[in-house]
Amino acid sequence: MALKLDIALAMPDFTLKAAHEFELAGITALFGASGAGKSTLLRVIAGLETAATGRVEFDGAEWQGTGHFLPAHKRRVGYVFQDTRLFAHLDVAANLRYAAKRSRSLRFDDVVKVLDLAPLLARQVAELSGGERQRVAIGRTLLSDPRLLLMDEPLAALDRSRKARLLPYISRLPEAFGTPVIYVTHSVEEVTRLADAMVVLSKGRVLATGGVADTLARLDIAEASGKFEAGAVVRAKVVAQDEIYLLTQLEVAGQALSMPGSQVDLGAELRLRIRARDVALAIERPAGLSIRNVLKGRILEIEEEAETAFAEVLVDIGDGQRVRARITRASVVELGLTVGQQVFALVKSVSFDRRALPKR
Amino acid sequence: MIWPDLSPLWLSIQLAAVTTVLLLIVGTPLAWWLATTQRRARPFVEAITALPLVLPPTVLGFYLLIFLNPNSTLGGLWRDATGTGLTFSFSGLVLASALYSLPFMVQPLQAGFEAVGRGPMEAAASLRASRLDAFFTVAVPLSKRGFLTGIVLSFAHTIGEFGVVLMVGGNIPGQTRVISIAIYEQVETLDYAQAHALSAILLVFSFVVLLAVFTINRRMPVRVG
Repeated sequence: MALKLDIALAMPDFTLKAAHEFELAGITALFGASGAGKSTLLRVIAGLETAATGRVEFDGAEWQGTGHFLPAHKRRVGYVFQDTRLFAHLDVAANLRYAAKRSRSLRFDDVVKVLDLAPLLARQVAELSGGERQRVAIGRTLLSDPRLLLMDEPLAALDRSRKARLLPYISRLPEAFGTPVIYVTHSVEEVTRLADAMVVLSKGRVLATGGVADTLARLDIAEASGKFEAGAVVRAKVVAQDEIYLLTQLEVAGQALSMPGSQVDLGAELRLRIRARDVALAIERPAGLSIRNVLKGRILEIEEEAETAFAEVLVDIGDGQRVRARITRASVVELGLTVGQQVFALVKSVSFDRRALPKR
Repeated sequence: MIWPDLSPLWLSIQLAAVTTVLLLIVGTPLAWWLATTQRRARPFVEAITALPLVLPPTVLGFYLLIFLNPNSTLGGLWRDATGTGLTFSFSGLVLASALYSLPFMVQPLQAGFEAVGRGPMEAAASLRASRLDAFFTVAVPLSKRGFLTGIVLSFAHTIGEFGVVLMVGGNIPGQTRVISIAIYEQVETLDYAQAHALSAILLVFSFVVLLAVFTINRRMPVRVG
């Protein structure tokens, strides 16, 4: 299934101008800083921005073209809004039925089960917590039997623990309902936990697209994600659990990596996110350091940031995997770093995503 | 005490009821348009809608007399179609009252629709509800306070109108002799007993209606958010 876009829409600060073909499968993250035009692009896809010009084509059917605009209610696009937009005059069950009635969906019980909505059905919308509201909103959208599910930062208004509780529900959606998802977020963490592919938007333009690991590892994305959050995603395999020191031993591109012990199965494949600011570089394998994780690799790219003290170095650690290091420009010169040179990446901290990599 | 002739009261209630229904039909789309349009014509239409609030009833009545009389285009068409005139008739009174009470219906409705905003309507569209469907199942229930206020104010304002009726309707028993006109005539003819009775009825009626509105409004919380 594909969604072809070639649209333009004037916005207060810039013109949103995006041409892209989404290969829809699983969850595609639409990623970028606040105000990059992510939500607006989502609204264009949904048919909520009638002033947008250009073409929108979904699965071979033209939704928007010259002199043609299929209204939002005929597109069968589910939209989960950041502010949920539950109907305040209806209780939870009636909100769900509102959608089910119009789509003639028979999955009411399914949806209630997958999202654990049964205890909420008789409640009034105003009595729900933020996380509960968002679950009901997702359920309501699913009951409209959408062919494409658009989610606009559904977790943005929630605190950390609620976010953590809701993430597993969202990651299950494409498999449980067979609906591709476009997920808007400015959080790298959500991208790495949920998405299979990503599209990066910056100031109304598509900056980069591709698989999550590749795209996050590419240097030009730093601008879109904000330097502080920029990093890389690597695939890792659980090889041992160290019961004495409570460490989980991982293998990344044939190299060893350990992190504080976690309840993961031996042999499980995981995705790790390593932030660029948590990576230091050395030209020889260092000794006498408290940092345990040292990955050998080769420099692929060095990008010095104009007018800052910093440079971003992309390091190939083998098996087509990469990490990024954010070091000072002075260090680049002092260590004499050049492209192609062998280096050791010192990883201070790793965060990881419990979800196994999709089998491909 | 002599029991007063109540027919002017019934006529007033009939007039107010018909006017309110007419205003609901005409005022709802107008209020929706005003609440949602981006067009530059909006302030002009808003100003025209609000005119009856500032114009003296005699001015409105005077123009209506000119536009509705059988020699005018509109009055002539009406006469050809129905065989009766629009001036000094119940139909003419309904038309005049509707114009006179228009802001009392449109303004609360517009405020109600604006409070609903685009959010719930967009949500409804994303759930495959057509615009009309979304209007009746989302916008209307969410602005029920606006409807209640609009209906009651239009009704009460029509009951209480005097100047426009006097100009357009005159004082024909059973046709245009509404309660305010009847009281005016009774006072003019020094029939204070009848005037007392009708005035008291109107006072109590108005108070009860308003009390009911405020009570219902309290008990009908509109949850938004």
